[in-house]
Amino acid sequence: MQKQTFKQLEEEIYFETLDNGLTVYILPKPDFNKTFATFTTKYGSIDDHFKPLGEDEFTRVPDGIAHFLEHKMFEKEDGDVFQKFSMQGASANAFTSFTRTAYLFSSTDQIQKNLETLIDFVQAPYFTEETVEKEKGIIGQEITMYDDNADWRLYFGAIQNMFHHHPVRVDIAGTVESISHIMKDHLYQCYHTFYHPSNMSIFIVGPVDPEEYMEFVRANQASKTFDPPQQIERKFDDEPEHVKVAHNELKMEVQVSKCMVGIKSNEKNISGDELLRKELSINTAFEVLFGKTSDYYTDLYDRGLIDDHFSFDFTQEQNFGFGLLGGNTPDPVKLAAEIKEILLKEAQNPTITEKKIDGVKKKNIGGFLRSLNSPEFIANQFTRYAFNEMDLFNAVPTLETLTVEDIHTALKDFIKEDRITSFFIVPKSGGDNE
Amino acid sequence: MKINQTVSRQQGLSLRIVQTKKFKTNQFVFKFRSRLNEDDVTARALIPYILQSSTKKWPTTADFRSHLDELYGAGASVDVNKKGEYHILSFAVDIPNERYLKDPTPLAKEALNVLKEMLFNPLLEGEAFSSKVIEQEKRTLKQKLQALKDDKMRYASQRLVEEMCKGEAYALHPNGSEEKLNQVTAEELYQAYKNMLEKDAVDLYVVGDVVAEDIASYCEKEFHFPDREPVAKPDVKSINTTDAKEVVESQKIKQGKLNIGYRTSIVYGDDDYIPLTVMNGLFGGFPHSKLFLNVREKESLAYYAASRVESHKGLVVVMSGVEPAKVERAAVIIEEQLQAIQNGEVSENELNQTKAVLKNQMLETLDASRGIVEVLYQGEVANPPVDIDRWFEKVDAVTADQVIAAAKKLKKDTTYILTSGEE
Repeated sequence: MQKQTFKQLEEEIYFETLDNGLTVYILPKPDFNKTFATFTTKYGSIDDHFKPLGEDEFTRVPDGIAHFLEHKMFEKEDGDVFQKFSMQGASANAFTSFTRTAYLFSSTDQIQKNLETLIDFVQAPYFTEETVEKEKGIIGQEITMYDDNADWRLYFGAIQNMFHHHPVRVDIAGTVESISHIMKDHLYQCYHTFYHPSNMSIFIVGPVDPEEYMEFVRANQASKTFDPPQQIERKFDDEPEHVKVAHNELKMEVQVSKCMVGIKSNEKNISGDELLRKELSINTAFEVLFGKTSDYYTDLYDRGLIDDHFSFDFTQEQNFGFGLLGGNTPDPVKLAAEIKEILLKEAQNPTITEKKIDGVKKKNIGGFLRSLNSPEFIANQFTRYAFNEMDLFNAVPTLETLTVEDIHTALKDFIKEDRITSFFIVPKSGGDNE
Repeated sequence: MKINQTVSRQQGLSLRIVQTKKFKTNQFVFKFRSRLNEDDVTARALIPYILQSSTKKWPTTADFRSHLDELYGAGASVDVNKKGEYHILSFAVDIPNERYLKDPTPLAKEALNVLKEMLFNPLLEGEAFSSKVIEQEKRTLKQKLQALKDDKMRYASQRLVEEMCKGEAYALHPNGSEEKLNQVTAEELYQAYKNMLEKDAVDLYVVGDVVAEDIASYCEKEFHFPDREPVAKPDVKSINTTDAKEVVESQKIKQGKLNIGYRTSIVYGDDDYIPLTVMNGLFGGFPHSKLFLNVREKESLAYYAASRVESHKGLVVVMSGVEPAKVERAAVIIEEQLQAIQNGEVSENELNQTKAVLKNQMLETLDASRGIVEVLYQGEVANPPVDIDRWFEKVDAVTADQVIAAAKKLKKDTTYILTSGEE
């Protein structure tokens, strides 16, 4: 077991990669009541085209399957795992993102028992045709709920505008149609390919003794047998650098229009420190340009084009990435034009100065400290960072060394006219029977 | 489980300091409480947003936010909500503890300074707020009120309450109404602000690794609140429940919403309140609850089906997202689950499970500084105030009979259905 100490932050993290390839992290938080643990696989909605374990040919699986699998993991021959957690005083949950599926619990009591339940249920798939069919109804309702959610439609609308082929353009839950094709054998195939311990990690944060818990996980894993680790082969179609469509919009039952501007990243194979630096540079640039202290924000707010829910974000994963900026607005056309103009102008002649970056750095350091109050944040983000070969606790030191040149270069590389798109949600007019 | 707090009552202000080394930031939250009232709810809702947009010292949002950035990203936020029939305005500052920074300048006092400027030194033009700021914040609030209608889950919850509590203060949305917003004058706003400082019940919570004496002496010196009468206690229990009614509305949406409101006449602080929370946990509060198991898992009728207690108003509210064609079936099953509890179908197992999860939830809430503030404030709002230190013992002591008795107090009042227009 190794240990890394962050003296200034007064945090220590213990970690080890077990013989079967599973990586385990433990961060003791002795003052907390609760323990929070996640068991995460590097498998998300974008992993729809791959070589199944033990086969030579690539296969494509129905959209929404990673999320479907996540739902089905909770059901076992002897009942529902939620019940078991609940009986042990824990609350359990799971989520599927573009690149990860995470199972988690938090509890203040019977921690070892709950940890055992977490590890064992994720490592014991049980699917039948009957239970798979039944789940289609529940997930169908989940999809329908998101269909009525204007913010979600806005987010996905912008992503779908950007990408031609990349599976990030597919809604994480799939569609009612696509999930209708999911069979139990698909689930087993995906499970065996992506739920190998070498593609997974466990993160435990709470008032726990690291040595005791590491030993517990070691013993648990040693009692099970796994196939030897194998390199997972995923396939992604060639994705053009330019956006698929420059603009699109959707009419919905809403009162207020919504506008999202998306910028597609051209990075297709990036990880580690390079990825960390890239992500921090663009996020810092966005904060300087569009944060609440910026001239642009003040101007857009004063003119009534945005309200205080205006948001911006940049995400970069290994083979796709995008920036999104927008929010509610009375005039989406005008707002999209303004944002686009600002971005292009800043890419050409950046106004970002050393002084402005310093303010953002200070702000982000405080923000990071605040995040460390949250066990959920630490576990989820640490795992995301680790899957991308980055170190969460390196974020602040890296941030401190960012220069104006880093940011100017990142903006110049990132922002190109043909990589920008806009998506609007507009209110349905009264007589429209679409 | 005891919360280690220092309580001091100063003129017009009650101060609570919870010392803990759990967090890397220190939390400061002011709560202003008055009765929820149609005449001033909209004006009051604007006040926090006006005060956080500018002060005499930091006349623009950018000036104000730059100052916060300089304080290592101190977070300042405001919030408007209701607790029962009280209207509550919150002003919070969360600031890093300097021991985790390379720069050892003490920051706790800076956080209190920010609150002082925000509350007592607003940007004024004579006896009114800046007209530019008023216009801006009115516009923002208007968009917020409109956007509320676009989130169907929240919309359905709000509509149920409006229909169910027509004529009661509780029907009011804490952010007020669009109609009233157009009419609010600068004079009304300034009056609402003065009333807030002079008449509201004011509580300040401080959570973190701070020196209690320093905080108390700062407050004594810098925060001058005049003495005041206690805020009158709303009477929420003597509402006559008439026959259950049903309201159906349609919109062009895909998923229907089925929300049901029950009256219990049990409020926070009553002897049967904790049995009611256990009963709610069994009914629809958790993934092992009857609603989740039967409406979602057994019948696949809904993605979500849950219930919650409106603690200071004595309501239990069921919320579910259902396929429009299956709303009636879902309503029948929901009713059956309540009847099952009323008929005594409460196993020892279910009871223990629910208590364990409730206690777990409370302990987890106490792992977040805002959670600590909310839990303590929940107790403070009850009249007389409730000490939460015995909460865990009280949950443990709840019996199946008490749960059944609490369930029997649920009287169905209103069913609200939002259905698809295309049917």
